[in-house]
Amino acid sequence: MSETFFNLAWLIPLPTLIAFFLIILFTNQKKRLSSNIALAGVFTAWLLSWTVAFIAFFGAEVVVHPFDVSVPWIPTGTTMLSMGVMVDGVTALMLFMVGIVLSMIFLYSTGYMSFPGFVEDILKRGSLPEEEQKLGEKAKKEGLDPLYSRFFAYISLFATGMLGLVVADNLLMLFIFWEIMGLCSYLLIGFWYNKKYPNPDQITPSQAGLKAFLTTRVGDVLLMTGMIFLFILTGELNFQAIFNPETLHHLSEATVTLPIAGTVSWAVVISILIFWGAIGKSAQFPLHVWLPDAMEGPTPVSALIHAATMVSAGVYLIIRMWPVFAITDHGHNPAVTFVAIIGTFTAIFAATIAVAQNDIKKVLAYSTISQLGFMFAALGIGAWVAAIFHLIMHAFFKGLLFLGSGSVIHGVEHGHHHAHEHGDHGSHEDEYFDPQDMMNMGGLLKRMPKTGWTFIIGAAALSGFPLITAGFWSKDEILADAWYTNNQVVFWTLAIAALLTAFYTFRAVFLTFFGKPRTEAAEYASENVSSMTIPLMVLAFFAVVLGWIGIPDSWTAFGPAAANPVGDYLGEMAETYHLHYEALPFLPIPVLVSVSVALGGIFIAWLIYGRKPLQAGQPDPLVRWLGPVYTLLKNKYYFDELYNLIAVRPTLWFARADYWFDRNIIDMIVNTVGRFGRWVANFTRKAIDEWLIDGAVNGTGLVANATGSVLRLFQTGQIQQYLLVMLLTVLILVGMAEIIF
Amino acid sequence: MVVPLSWYLFLAAALFGIGFFGVLARRNAVAVLMGVELMLNAVNINILAFWRYVRPDDPTGQIFSIFVLTVAAAEAAVGLALIISIYRTRNTINVDEIDLLKH
Repeated sequence: MSETFFNLAWLIPLPTLIAFFLIILFTNQKKRLSSNIALAGVFTAWLLSWTVAFIAFFGAEVVVHPFDVSVPWIPTGTTMLSMGVMVDGVTALMLFMVGIVLSMIFLYSTGYMSFPGFVEDILKRGSLPEEEQKLGEKAKKEGLDPLYSRFFAYISLFATGMLGLVVADNLLMLFIFWEIMGLCSYLLIGFWYNKKYPNPDQITPSQAGLKAFLTTRVGDVLLMTGMIFLFILTGELNFQAIFNPETLHHLSEATVTLPIAGTVSWAVVISILIFWGAIGKSAQFPLHVWLPDAMEGPTPVSALIHAATMVSAGVYLIIRMWPVFAITDHGHNPAVTFVAIIGTFTAIFAATIAVAQNDIKKVLAYSTISQLGFMFAALGIGAWVAAIFHLIMHAFFKGLLFLGSGSVIHGVEHGHHHAHEHGDHGSHEDEYFDPQDMMNMGGLLKRMPKTGWTFIIGAAALSGFPLITAGFWSKDEILADAWYTNNQVVFWTLAIAALLTAFYTFRAVFLTFFGKPRTEAAEYASENVSSMTIPLMVLAFFAVVLGWIGIPDSWTAFGPAAANPVGDYLGEMAETYHLHYEALPFLPIPVLVSVSVALGGIFIAWLIYGRKPLQAGQPDPLVRWLGPVYTLLKNKYYFDELYNLIAVRPTLWFARADYWFDRNIIDMIVNTVGRFGRWVANFTRKAIDEWLIDGAVNGTGLVANATGSVLRLFQTGQIQQYLLVMLLTVLILVGMAEIIF
Repeated sequence: MVVPLSWYLFLAAALFGIGFFGVLARRNAVAVLMGVELMLNAVNINILAFWRYVRPDDPTGQIFSIFVLTVAAAEAAVGLALIISIYRTRNTINVDEIDLLKH
């Protein structure tokens, strides 16, 4: 019975794809209709995904016997590449999360994509071609972004990508949808392609889009290499076929000798290559540089792509491919260790940078990088279930936080316009006002209560506020697993990272919502439309409640809530992959550390920023206390500059060198050949055409002319001469007759 | 005393030659006509010589000779008329200058 319902999984990526094509082809001019089509598409997808997900939850066989149907697609010699869908426990959870988060973000976007301020400047300058100027004016009257419809087309395509990725049953199909999301990421980050800043060093949206695409490309190439090797070795890309015990065993037995690493099994090589794809997509160190600059895109994009879904795709890939990672032949698996190292390092690396950021979206960006590091660290220590759990929870509260920050930014922007209209222009006319800078905010809780409280709930979840937030349960589980498996380095590093997380999150909260407004814009800020605040409230609800489905059994004080449905559900699945999942006993130390770290971070933030909130113009106390360290953190450890030096500049140099080569050497050869051809043609013309042929033709004419001139002399017109000639002729003829006869 | 035929023929030939020479070599158009007359008369002597010595009984020779004389006279009249016409238009009767056939 449930079989037929699982076939719905085929349809899940379809509604948003149809919406994309409809908007692009037909309704680009009609803005509201386009957003309604997009909403219809995503709500349909939500309905379908929740149907499949809940049937999977309550018909638990799918956890041990995944539903997998595929159709053959491309025959490749002796094997066949297929397209198919698979539904298992992880798919169900992901569908649950993706369905509702996407829908909330789409709904939010209909309110968020109002007419942007910088376009007004461009319109005023009047430098646009006439038709674009008219479109801009029309958009201004409607109050919506001029490219409104295109935005909804792009996010619909993106939703297709994510939904297709989640239901994919083989690596090839997953990769196709992975790339679709990469493309949409580029298109959406660079959505406001006209936006320019007065500071030439500040990255523009179009540059940021390119940076994101190129950086994730590095990871994607390695991922593709891993896929290719996997296919060569096993002839399969279908997940169920790869996770066949014989196939896994074959992978771990087959070895290859590499230059530095010596003889390693293919499973390790493939795992590490695939993990690099996740490093790129999930912005882990060293490929983390694109995510903070991706904040140039509209805030729904940041929520969609960089909090809830696309960056989760990297974690999802590793979760899917975990059986390949976890083949331990010798007890110690380099691939798993690599994952743990990268994850743990990134977690603390990004957390330190977030402390020194003033842009509210950048704080959240680094926070995302850090939390993804937590997930990879969890995988690295074998806590597969905890990683999945944290992934789902994080999507909700990070999405909430990003949408909340967008609401704040909108409110401040409205306040800025309001302040301008009410007379005080002062000297701020030409100065660039950054609505995202937290130093320009303050006291927004009173002015934007819905946004404020939901943001605080999200922040509490992110910090792991004990007991009542989802973040606590998921993070606590990771720390508990780290302690239980005696990974002390991982445990203490993640604990410090969690402390920093709580600190910088509430630093952001206090700077934004408490104290007195530090600028006029903040003073005049107002709450946003319900299409923006309702998603905030829905996501806040989940950020609190959802964690309760993962309370471990050992917390018996919570009675029935501690049935830990998620743990059991996923635990069963883990067993089929021969991953050992056991319900942990109640471990006091990790819990104590977890609680104290969360509350401690919040307390320190309150001490510095909450007790005596910063006044306008007052600098951040951290600048003075941390000194040069602060500068290092603010400049993200100068990694962008480093990459510019070792990667970007050489590439540009190489490109210019190629250009020089092309212009001077290749063109020279081509031009020389051309000139030689011309010379041959000229020579042929002079020597043969002029001399020979014209000579013959002209010569004939001359001869005829000469003959005629000579013969003309006979025609004198004198009769006596003619008679004389006659006489001579007769004499000759008679003489000849005499001689002959 | 009968003169042999050949004497008449030589005479006729000599006259013909002189006449032909006159036609070729004289510049005056009337002189050319005189040369033509001489040639015609030489031919006449030839015809009559042959008549008298070869077939004297047949009147054909005499009649033919009268024809020639008549035609000669008519032709002389026409020729002179032409010369007068030419003189009236070109004011010359020097045959070297009458070379319109040149074109």
